[in-house]
Amino acid sequence: MLETTVERGTVIGGTRRPPRRALRLPTRTLRRLVSPLLILLLWQAASWTGLVSPQTLASPLRILSTATDLTRDGTLPENLLVSLARAGIGLAIAVVAGTGLALAAGLSRFGEEAIDAPMQMLRTLPALALVPLFILWFGIGELPKVALVALGSTIPIYLNLFKGIRSIDPKLLEMGRTLGLSRIQTVRQIVLPGALPDLLTGLRFSVGISWLMLVVAEQVNANSGIGHMMTDAEDFLRTDIILVGLLVYALLGLLSDQMVRTLERILLAWQPVRARGPR
Amino acid sequence: MSYERRLEPLIRVEGLSRRYGAATVLDRLDLTIGHGEFLALLGRSGSGKTTLLRILAGLDRVEEGKVSVPRNAAVVFQESRLLPWKRVWENVALGLPGPDAHDRAMAALEEVGLGHRTHVWPLTLSGGEAQRVGIARALVRQPEFLMLDEPFASLDALTRLRMQAMVGELWRKHRCAVLLVTHDVDEALLLGDRAVVLEQGRIGMELQISLVRPRRQDDPDFVSTRRALLAALDVHDAV
Repeated sequence: MLETTVERGTVIGGTRRPPRRALRLPTRTLRRLVSPLLILLLWQAASWTGLVSPQTLASPLRILSTATDLTRDGTLPENLLVSLARAGIGLAIAVVAGTGLALAAGLSRFGEEAIDAPMQMLRTLPALALVPLFILWFGIGELPKVALVALGSTIPIYLNLFKGIRSIDPKLLEMGRTLGLSRIQTVRQIVLPGALPDLLTGLRFSVGISWLMLVVAEQVNANSGIGHMMTDAEDFLRTDIILVGLLVYALLGLLSDQMVRTLERILLAWQPVRARGPR
Repeated sequence: MSYERRLEPLIRVEGLSRRYGAATVLDRLDLTIGHGEFLALLGRSGSGKTTLLRILAGLDRVEEGKVSVPRNAAVVFQESRLLPWKRVWENVALGLPGPDAHDRAMAALEEVGLGHRTHVWPLTLSGGEAQRVGIARALVRQPEFLMLDEPFASLDALTRLRMQAMVGELWRKHRCAVLLVTHDVDEALLLGDRAVVLEQGRIGMELQISLVRPRRQDDPDFVSTRRALLAALDVHDAV
């Protein structure tokens, strides 16, 4: 009895617990940082001693200075903007198309019959294999790149949202019927919010895929964008520029994933934390 | 409401049958529930109680027989069936027409003792609280007919006792007709005006419960009524 009281007092008062956590968290973060830092250090040392030539792999410090130079002369920001626009527009098209198709297929029999089979077939097709065809069709401008991103990222949104709509708890739908909800009310109040977690899972996959599509599209044929900057550097054996490109892609991936997570935190505030999508 | 109208039953079931393949779940069932009457429907698992409730609630079709239920009916399910993405008061206000939906939902939650939990997410509620939200969601529609499908089955014993008292109190105030599906004899005797035992899709026995309210389980009259009901159910040892 006494124990319970003490414990509850701690939680409510919150005086003892937070400082302890505040102390523990940074040490763990620091511990996790040790090995990446060590690798960077070894890498730098290997470059200094001439063990690794700059044509094979530029040193971390060199990458840093190249990144600064590329930013100063405008190369990096320009290409970054182009890449961001391609990914952004492609993803926006994918969200609209994927959501629209999933709603049509999920909410009506006819829609399912008309849409689901072609989408399932498209799913099995590796979207990257379409690059040659897209170049033939759309040339080498912006269109084939945006189209590739859009196509690749539509699929996960469609698949997840369709599944989400179809796996709404039938008990909740029954409850809605006993309350006399109209079809539109049922869709708006029960089906859509119930499928939202799946839509967001799909969005997370889509964001990842959109970068993948972009990388390939920009490296196969392009005269701007991060991928183009990297292929260009290849011709001059500039591994430092290539690595800056890789770093930028990694940061973009990380940032966009974080954005979807934030979106999840806001839109799925009703879920207990552990029930949310895979971390 | 005139006296004659009051005598007319509110819910009428005539010759209702329901078959799933070779199994007969409801077998030419006749049942009426009067205005403001509290009917406790008892029966073992598989006796057809839930099927009957689903038909009365309009969730299953009437295939054979006649059923007449007032349009203004509400159901409280065994699992509370709240929408986890809507706050408690929004769950109660779900589908309510009119600009006063919020106020009515708040009043209903106050009535079931949840005035302090109106804005939390349903997944943070205890089982008893969630069930009270379910009851508020039903009562806010001021139903003429309230169906309760084993509403306390998954609650702990103490919470169950409290909830039973609360439902008795709410019924006394709202005076709607109630169908309480349960497998708990004590629950039926605590709350019902009449207990009906369903056996293999037919009414096995029917008992008018004329104990004075509020009822107490240690009242000698309660004990003897309970014994009579259990005897009718062929349970002789468990008294």
